[in-house]
Amino acid sequence: MTRITGGLIDRGTSLSFTFDGKTYSGHPGDTLASALLANGVRLMGRSFKYHRPRGVFAAGSEEPNAMVELREGARREPNTRATVAELYEGLVAKSQNRVGPLSCDVLAVNDVLSPFFAAGFYYKTFMWPRAFWEKLYEPVIRRAAGLGQLSMQADPDDYDSGFLHCDLLVIGGGAAGLAAALTAGRAGARVLLADEDFRLGGRLLSERDPLGGIPAVDWIAGLEAELDSLPNVRILRRTTVFGAYDHGIYGAVERVADHLKTPGAQVRQSLWRITAKRTVLAAGATERHIPFADNDRPGIMLAGAMRSYANRWAVTPQAHAADPVAIFTNNDDGHRTALDLMAQDVPVLGVIDTRSDAPKLGDYTLFPDATVTGSKGRLGLTQIQITRAGQSTWVDCAALGVSGGWNPNVHLTSHHRGRLVWDAATQSFLPGPGGPEGMHVAGAAAGRGQTGLALADGAKAAVAALAQIGMSASLPELPAPEATADILTLYWHVPSKKRAWVDFQNDVTVKDIALAHQENMRPVEHLKRWTTLGMATDQGKTANVTALAVMAELSGKSIPETGTTIFRPPYTGVAISTLGGGDSGDSFRPRRLTPTHSWAAARGAVFTEVGAWMRAQYYPQTGETHWRQTVDREAKAVRAGVGLCDVTTLGKIDVQGADATTFLNRVYANMMGTLKVGRVRYGLMLREDGFLYDDGTCARLAEDHYVVTTTTGNAGLVYRNLEFARQCMWPELDVHLISTTDAWAQLAVAGPNARSLLSRIVDDFDLSNDAFPFMACSTLTICNGLRARLFRISFSGELAYELAVPARYGNAVMQRLAEQGADLGVTPYGIEALSVLRIEKGHAAGAELNGQTTADMIGLGMMVSRKKDSIGAVMSRRDGLAQDSRRMVGLQPVEPTHTVTPGAHLFAQGDPQDMAHDQGWITSACYSPHVGSSIGLGFLLQGDNRMGEIVIAANPLAGETTQLRIVPSHFVDPEGERLRA
Amino acid sequence: MLIPHPLLGLRDAEEFVYLGDASLMQRPDPDSPTALTDFCDYVFLRDNPAGVHRELWFHEQGDRSWLVVTRNTLTHEILGAELATDAARPTVTQEPSA
Repeated sequence: MTRITGGLIDRGTSLSFTFDGKTYSGHPGDTLASALLANGVRLMGRSFKYHRPRGVFAAGSEEPNAMVELREGARREPNTRATVAELYEGLVAKSQNRVGPLSCDVLAVNDVLSPFFAAGFYYKTFMWPRAFWEKLYEPVIRRAAGLGQLSMQADPDDYDSGFLHCDLLVIGGGAAGLAAALTAGRAGARVLLADEDFRLGGRLLSERDPLGGIPAVDWIAGLEAELDSLPNVRILRRTTVFGAYDHGIYGAVERVADHLKTPGAQVRQSLWRITAKRTVLAAGATERHIPFADNDRPGIMLAGAMRSYANRWAVTPQAHAADPVAIFTNNDDGHRTALDLMAQDVPVLGVIDTRSDAPKLGDYTLFPDATVTGSKGRLGLTQIQITRAGQSTWVDCAALGVSGGWNPNVHLTSHHRGRLVWDAATQSFLPGPGGPEGMHVAGAAAGRGQTGLALADGAKAAVAALAQIGMSASLPELPAPEATADILTLYWHVPSKKRAWVDFQNDVTVKDIALAHQENMRPVEHLKRWTTLGMATDQGKTANVTALAVMAELSGKSIPETGTTIFRPPYTGVAISTLGGGDSGDSFRPRRLTPTHSWAAARGAVFTEVGAWMRAQYYPQTGETHWRQTVDREAKAVRAGVGLCDVTTLGKIDVQGADATTFLNRVYANMMGTLKVGRVRYGLMLREDGFLYDDGTCARLAEDHYVVTTTTGNAGLVYRNLEFARQCMWPELDVHLISTTDAWAQLAVAGPNARSLLSRIVDDFDLSNDAFPFMACSTLTICNGLRARLFRISFSGELAYELAVPARYGNAVMQRLAEQGADLGVTPYGIEALSVLRIEKGHAAGAELNGQTTADMIGLGMMVSRKKDSIGAVMSRRDGLAQDSRRMVGLQPVEPTHTVTPGAHLFAQGDPQDMAHDQGWITSACYSPHVGSSIGLGFLLQGDNRMGEIVIAANPLAGETTQLRIVPSHFVDPEGERLRA
Repeated sequence: MLIPHPLLGLRDAEEFVYLGDASLMQRPDPDSPTALTDFCDYVFLRDNPAGVHRELWFHEQGDRSWLVVTRNTLTHEILGAELATDAARPTVTQEPSA
């Protein structure tokens, strides 16, 4: 046990957890990493490529090493950083990327074989034989090199997404962020303060310095209480702002219940879209390390992290309390870690400083002008080699803190391609021009990390940001701890013939960078891809700057000349479930129900999705064992008696205005200008490129009032395009449009008894053929006063009507019709029977209007008027379309028991079945109870001139060929006598 | 992105459907001798400028107006937005008062 005194943990409560099956204990306030260290567990994982033993390296979200599989079963979550996993009672974690026990990973053999696994080895080694890649190399590599494993089960938790708006978004709750939030909060601005940690304070929580004469945690608590009391301030803890998007929009993920064993009634995580007028980025800084030979053993970590563990979590990374600890640094901040450890009675063997003029800030042994040149310890650090003036000594050392200076967390400033600028004063990359508009960077993220500077900077940034949106704020009184000289001398890596790791997670060493340089992969982007540097899940937060500094050194260029890669979202990984924001399963999209849905459901209808709609597919009755029995019965009943079908889903657009006629004449390919009031006409719409777009009916209810119907699938698109025509092309026309699809329930009443049935519900309305012939329309009332619209149109080929009533009456009218028609053989039918009826009648539908067909092809070329212009008219006459000789035909199997298969392609008898001889394809097919066999519709070259010919339908997927006879597409009532009856 | 709707103020781009180049508003004259070529250009050819672009957005989840939005395709800066009905109408030049 290496728990020391102090820390921000609740020692009064113990939390039990397991790691690799062993049970340990920690306290509230611990992370999994701090709790493991407290239990003397230093070995937490294996590296990606070489399977090297690895321990915790950092204390925050930048952690490259300590990644575990958290939780069990369907909640198993691979590659979770132990450094940010908040401890809870019953936490279960397992190490990953190992074969066998963690301490004895079989694949550690990769480490011995490392000379073969240098940078770019994939590209060089697995080129031959080519066929081996998919079958052998890739599976083996995937097995050997990897991270955690997915549960392969559906995520059982709920997720949500939402929108937030604010005047000022403060990203980061450290010194600068807190000061900014306080400043803006007091000024009355709407403030959002987001911090990825579960406790506000940022780096302040890791230091021992008092603030304003009181311990920093107490100062933070006071400030937090004030922020909490301000109604205009909202604090989002456990929230990572992961990306900056256009116009002040930020993506953030709030880990609502990640700190609980199961979320219970809460969502697991929330995805926030934050729209901020201004932003203060106070994301802090990440410490650099200094690569040296064998620098990746458990026990070697960032010096700042070691200080965090000691001060915030009261743990040290030694195996035993008496083991000596050392610091390797190129700056004064490293020395602070030594001082803080000594204050806790941790034995410090010394500070190894690369600087010859290194200061001695306390009572420890100083090794100036010295470096660490090696380490020993198979599963954890036991010795380090200190080299000074060519003299090397091995000394016992259980833990080593490394500090190479600090890199400002400028990531979000790059999300709009903002360029980073190398700053000689702070020896770091700082935000440059081109960052997100309205973003102010403050504190350590701007290279001003000392507590006093950061506090003042955050407050100033808030004042400046608010001033830009016309709000005045005043600087609050803030503690101003004295700045200490913090002199850093650049020192990037300790040269060695052995491997010195730069990117721990992807196992990239200084040697790999040298190899990339040697192989001319010198631009930063090439270096990154050749070595995979910075491409692991941590995105190289602790590696990138060091790597390019090494490359700069190798190529003899300066760091600014070498350049840097651009950071892109997300700042840290975001789960796909979270990005889905709960829009999965039934919530994937809104589900639209027809007005008669409950009536159909009560009758046992089977429903199917049609776009967003749920439509009755068929209505099975007792004794029917196969859907075909049901559909055949329904189709026959329509042709023999009367059927009822909800056709509300067809798009309905109300067109009104003095110029409505002119407008419709321009959007329909056929003539609409001659349509009389009280009549309906079938209409074709083309796309401007001349292809068929949509079909439907156009009913003229009054001189300046039309109702247009569209296909179900195109309802939204046709409306959008009509609005385009109205607003963008012909704004001078006096016409207005509104979609009324949802306002009117529309019911098809089809079959020889349709008139008899309707006559029982209409109020004093003459339904006779003379008074209300085929293609008539009228407004009327039914059922003693209910306003309705009646259209005598037919999709089935039978005597048929479509009755529209206000949507809320749809269910009741359906019920009334079913009751009234009992003696007339009334039968509800679903869209399967609807489809059978229309194929029998040879009506084109979605499969025929697929965007690749023309009016000529469906046999309606004559409808495209040459007397007027309309959308698509000009282009429909171009050669490529006008000369297409494929025509819609009916298809019937020569052998009646054979099936017509939609999608099959058509060939002349005796022709080879290849692309060159393709003559067309089958679009729709069904079993026709009227014909007594399978029938279909399709497009065939010269189809209109080949009646009676036998062609071959080839379905190579199923290895089938069928002989089909070409017949007219009207299988039922070719003369149209029934629908005019 | 946020679109400054001339009637409704700043609206999230998610409420809109994007169409493309505002030149689609200039439908060619169908009676011109070169109509077929003109329509071919109109339907198939678009400029794809890296920079300022006038483009059409439809406020489908809103008031159903088509807007002409001027946007810099490099920076996504929105330089303006007007109702398509206003943009499509020929500019009325005010007669000088006597």
